[in-house]
Amino acid sequence: MRSSASPIRQGLTDGLPFIAVVIPFGMLFGVVSAEAGLNMFEALSFSVVVIAGAAQFTALQLLTEHVPTFLVLTSALAVNLRMAMYSASLTPHVGPAPLWQRAIIAYFTIDQSYACAIAAYERNPHWTTQDKVRYFFAAVVMICPLWYVATAAGAWVGSGIPDGLALDFAVPITFIAMTGPMLRTGAHRAAALMSVVLSLTFAFLPYNLGLLVAGLGAMITGAQVELWLERRTGTTPPTPQEAK
Amino acid sequence: MTEISSTALWTVIIGLGLGSFALRFVFIGLIGDRQMPEWALRHLRYTAVAILPGLVAPLVVWPPATGGSFDLPRVLAGIVTLAVGYVTKNVLAAIVAGAATLYALLYLLG
Repeated sequence: MRSSASPIRQGLTDGLPFIAVVIPFGMLFGVVSAEAGLNMFEALSFSVVVIAGAAQFTALQLLTEHVPTFLVLTSALAVNLRMAMYSASLTPHVGPAPLWQRAIIAYFTIDQSYACAIAAYERNPHWTTQDKVRYFFAAVVMICPLWYVATAAGAWVGSGIPDGLALDFAVPITFIAMTGPMLRTGAHRAAALMSVVLSLTFAFLPYNLGLLVAGLGAMITGAQVELWLERRTGTTPPTPQEAK
Repeated sequence: MTEISSTALWTVIIGLGLGSFALRFVFIGLIGDRQMPEWALRHLRYTAVAILPGLVAPLVVWPPATGGSFDLPRVLAGIVTLAVGYVTKNVLAAIVAGAATLYALLYLLG
């Protein structure tokens, strides 16, 4: 659709909507940090070093409850396990890039940058590795610094954005909006449906582990439906990863 | 409530930072441009549609903002966003439609 625009321009454009997500949540983390007794430097360090919203909230919550440090780390890392799946999913695309670029991409792998990147890579199968790396950096160049700034601002001001704006729903809306165009084949639709069913069924599991069950179950569903569709039609649908 | 000790805080910040980086680096950094087996690629193709819907489904059905109770404006806004995104393949149009639905319903029902 916009495949004629340069990777950098597409990255900048695709990153824009997430400003509405990152500012309120960064501020909220800053506010919660301040309430837990952290100073601005500590709150900012948290966001710069860890750079993962849900895991940061989990860790901070458990710290205020004086849970043993080892358990705080284990629980927060469990919340972040999906990052390993994102890492695997990005590897066929940016694996050939130099190690230092892959290290920077790894640091900036968050839900938003991953979702933007994988959608753009599927939309633009002709991109070179360097195009893909440029896109990734362009998409995060605004999201991630804003996460830091918003955290510091929240910790400094001590209050977030008023509830009446319903910005809590910015995260679901942006991710749902990105998922819609991804549902290209029956296999994608089946995987997404299985993900919803399993995540609601296993929502009772602690530490976000229900999401992991949903993710693995849905990936297997997608792969199996793809195999089944191939057998039925006798053809292999062209896929971006194979087309590189 | 007593203060969080400085040692505990910095242990968690640094440990969680290193651990999160390790999770993000494990495949991208260690596999690099080595070819992955076909069965692995077949599963990885569905990572985004396997994780993102599961990430948001509980937030739509049990929104934290309403204390986890079912909220018609949020559920309908989610459905409209998905429908517009699916039909138009335009992310921005889907976001605008979803946000408009949410605000309109919150205003009408609130």
